[in-house]
Amino acid sequence: MLGKLSWSAIPIHEPIPLITSVVMIVVILGVLGLITFKGWWPYLWREWITSVDHKRIGVMYCLLGIVMLIRGFADAIMMRSHQALAINAAGYLPPEHYNQIFSAHGTIMIFFAAMPLVIGVMNFVTPLQLGVRDVAFPTLNSVSFWLTASGALLVNLSLFIGEFARTGWLPYPPLSEATYSPGVGVDYYLWAVQISGIGTLMTGVNFVTTVLKMRCPGMGYFSMPMFCWTTLAASLLIVAVFPILTATLAMLSLDRFFGWHYFSNDLGGNPMMFWNLIWAWGHPEVYILVLPAFGIFSEIFSTFSGKPLFGYRSMVAATLFICLVSLMVWLHHFFTMGSGPAVNTAFGISTSIIAVGTGVKIFNWIFTMYGGRVRFSVPMLWSLGFIFTFVIGGMTGVLLAVPPADFVLHNSMFLVAHFHNVIVGGVVFALFAGIHYWFPKAFGFRLHEGWGKAAFWCAFIGFWVTFAPLYVLGLEGMTRRLQHVEIEAWRPMLYLSVVGVVILIAGVVCQITQLVVSIVRRDALRDLTGDPWDGRSLEWATPSPAPFFNFATLPDVAGEEAYWGIKLQAIESQQLAPEPRYADIEMPVNSPVGFYTAFFATVVGFSLVWQIWWLAILGLAAAYAGFVVFAWRDIHEVHVPAEEVARVDRARRAAREALLQRLAHQGATP
Amino acid sequence: MSRPAPRLLSLAAAGGLSGCTGVLAPTGPVGADIATILIDATLIMLAVIVPTLLLAGWTAWRYRASNTRAPYLPYWSYSGRIEAVVWAIPILVIIFLGGVIWIGSYKLDPFRPLDSKTPALEVQAVALDWKWLFIYPQQGVATVNQLVVPAGTPIHFSITSASVFNVFFIPRLGSMIYAMPGMVAQLHLQADHPTELWGVSAQFSGDGFSDMKFNVSSLPRDQFDRWVQQVSGPTLDEAAFKNLRRQSRMGTAAYGSVDPKLFDAIAKQKLGPAPGPELENSGREASAGWSL
Ligand code: HEM
Ligand SMILES: [Cu+2]
Repeated sequence: MLGKLSWSAIPIHEPIPLITSVVMIVVILGVLGLITFKGWWPYLWREWITSVDHKRIGVMYCLLGIVMLIRGFADAIMMRSHQALAINAAGYLPPEHYNQIFSAHGTIMIFFAAMPLVIGVMNFVTPLQLGVRDVAFPTLNSVSFWLTASGALLVNLSLFIGEFARTGWLPYPPLSEATYSPGVGVDYYLWAVQISGIGTLMTGVNFVTTVLKMRCPGMGYFSMPMFCWTTLAASLLIVAVFPILTATLAMLSLDRFFGWHYFSNDLGGNPMMFWNLIWAWGHPEVYILVLPAFGIFSEIFSTFSGKPLFGYRSMVAATLFICLVSLMVWLHHFFTMGSGPAVNTAFGISTSIIAVGTGVKIFNWIFTMYGGRVRFSVPMLWSLGFIFTFVIGGMTGVLLAVPPADFVLHNSMFLVAHFHNVIVGGVVFALFAGIHYWFPKAFGFRLHEGWGKAAFWCAFIGFWVTFAPLYVLGLEGMTRRLQHVEIEAWRPMLYLSVVGVVILIAGVVCQITQLVVSIVRRDALRDLTGDPWDGRSLEWATPSPAPFFNFATLPDVAGEEAYWGIKLQAIESQQLAPEPRYADIEMPVNSPVGFYTAFFATVVGFSLVWQIWWLAILGLAAAYAGFVVFAWRDIHEVHVPAEEVARVDRARRAAREALLQRLAHQGATP
Repeated sequence: MSRPAPRLLSLAAAGGLSGCTGVLAPTGPVGADIATILIDATLIMLAVIVPTLLLAGWTAWRYRASNTRAPYLPYWSYSGRIEAVVWAIPILVIIFLGGVIWIGSYKLDPFRPLDSKTPALEVQAVALDWKWLFIYPQQGVATVNQLVVPAGTPIHFSITSASVFNVFFIPRLGSMIYAMPGMVAQLHLQADHPTELWGVSAQFSGDGFSDMKFNVSSLPRDQFDRWVQQVSGPTLDEAAFKNLRRQSRMGTAAYGSVDPKLFDAIAKQKLGPAPGPELENSGREASAGWSL
């Protein structure tokens, strides 16, 4: 009846997962209880859970990403401290537990922290910058989000029902085959990633369509803000490679469930094929993460230098170049499988060629600051910290792309240091910068600068103190994923790394404090103008927070920096453009279909993990029924009357008028 | 089923200062070449990166908003000449490195025999859950978790796995290579001097992975020959191998004689796949042999 599920799945005898689970359950019940007690459910249901507004969905993505970032960070704290205690000693995590932790850490950080944060920012920003009211397929967008949340839920469920994979964040066969990993851990991984992967694929389709088809009048491809270009590039990559991931993991599932032989040792299975396929997805995946990060930095460098982005077309070219070449380098993840010198040379060179595109970008950001008026606000600090960190990470990456060098550095701590160098220094720094930058647009008030700066310095210093020792350890011959070590010489660096983690913890505390302080002082930090940073792209033309329809009338723009042009004109002529004629607006209607589908997707995933076949079939049928009901709905849009639009927009114009007065008073361009 | 880290290993390591354990302290020709490449490639890149970072810092500081003496060029966003330089610099670096990659990949191809007058010693290495088996086909002996080689002699490793993927890696000798079931990888290494080293698996392979370490003793030739003479122990045939390949962590062991067809049978998977975990369970998989 319940497949493989039984009481033995609950970790009653293992204190660490048990206590963690209990704490998590108590926190979740507490939050749910509070919502119920305060009577917030109707509001949450109407305004958030069923919302198809790209801004709301973006915020929910970011929230999910941040919660998972904290979960992943908890894993990291355990790994670093355990390893420091396991030098010629047992440490406190037995291997079957330690192995789950590093597997969960990588899986969570990539799929459920970094991806949701990147997609969240893409969601929030892209339509605003394009000057449109929503993405191409708003309801699909909601489905995407909830499917991602469903995957995250499954991973966390594995903590106290069963176990998580012990095979690393990429489940390499034959280790991940049923023979060597008979438990449900790998199945949790597979279904969590499959379900969220479908969501990601739909996001890719959605954003390719949005950028190609939904720009406001006057906005050609070469007048899109840089961030929109990177959204396009990342979405194209998603559409190109996520199907590979889905197919590969499906094949592994067939091996595991039905004893097929795609990747098994025997009967013609070929585990090496898994390496090829997974990295054909995996390498582009890191660029899916980092290209939007580059987009965020491009926006910030130009805004905070008070100048247009230097070499815009060159930047576009570099982005598309990276996008294309990233599809042709996957073999650098297994130079040491003995593919032969010709193959290794080809992939080594193609890999280092990517660094050309990245190098060009770095120089262009530097020249964007050249001749500017650089303001060292929090987003700018993250961006400068990024340049330093990412350049070093890029350098070690190119070192690893030299096959003979990789012959001694593959799977070492040097590698671990490298990818954290680029993922934390590139992606995570960008996301913190972006959140600080766009926060006022989402919530109407700025984040506190002082605490933001403190958080930056802790993260920056903490990052280097944590990961620089790993480079040294890698050169000292330490390999990754070791549950205990015997080499005394590694002790100092392993300890130093823990010191770095402590500094990082201080950074997390500053970050949380920043949020709390900002909420408490929100009236003082209120952004009344809608343009708190003297921005240059269209999102700053809306009031903060942006109304759900974004723009009262779709802007008609010219030039590379749409809003900057509008702003300059207003300053020169000392008046706003004449009031437009407001018309009724049609906005997509809210829909519970995303939440509903994801609920049943979770049921299907859970029952497939435990092989409760009848429940899986039932869940699939229910999810399909929801889709059918949705497809036959009659009302697609709500009507926003012209008076309402006019009321919101007149308030915005009044605020702008005041700003203009003030600027005129100062007698200068900003 | 105990997990004694091979004793020698800790001893060798305890004496080692940080510099002496790693890939920058090679004791053989392969490792030495790789260390040179590592350092050269790093220097080539630093030559560009250090000025770039200085330029970044200088630009940000000089054009800070409070410095009103610096010129403000609010519209300056394009310069063909700078663009050309900006593309040229990374391209030049990569052309340089491309040369290093090309030459290095051929010269240090792990399948390529080393240039040496001394004939190579053959060693067949088999990755097992969770130990390394070394067969000396010319000598007819075998060891577990202990590799003994003559100093100054090239060693030709034929490497395979009897269960999951692993990576054969002796940091101070140089290149690593995957040990994969059904395939035989070739690797050529040499230790120049008599010394004590250690090797590991560099590819995660399950719960006992951290114990997949082995001692490496490089001995003067005559001592090596004497060592071969005194290796004693049971015969490693199919039955003994099937017992050995079951999941376990172990210290060192030795076999006085070896079935000469054994390695071939393992590599061609004639013996079937090695068993995985042998404990029955439902959801939570538990591993054998560990207690806190
Ligand atoms: C900020 C503090 C962080 C610390 C201290 C940390 C620490 C670690 C450690 C100790 C490992 C395992 C090394 C080993 O295999 O021996 C690891 C692996 C990994 N980390 Fe992090 N990490 C951090 C943040 C992140 C972030 C932000 C991401 C991604 C967005 C990330 C992604 C990964 C990935 C993908 C792996 C590989 C996992 C595997 O190979 O199984 N980490 N990290
Ligand atoms: Cu890659």
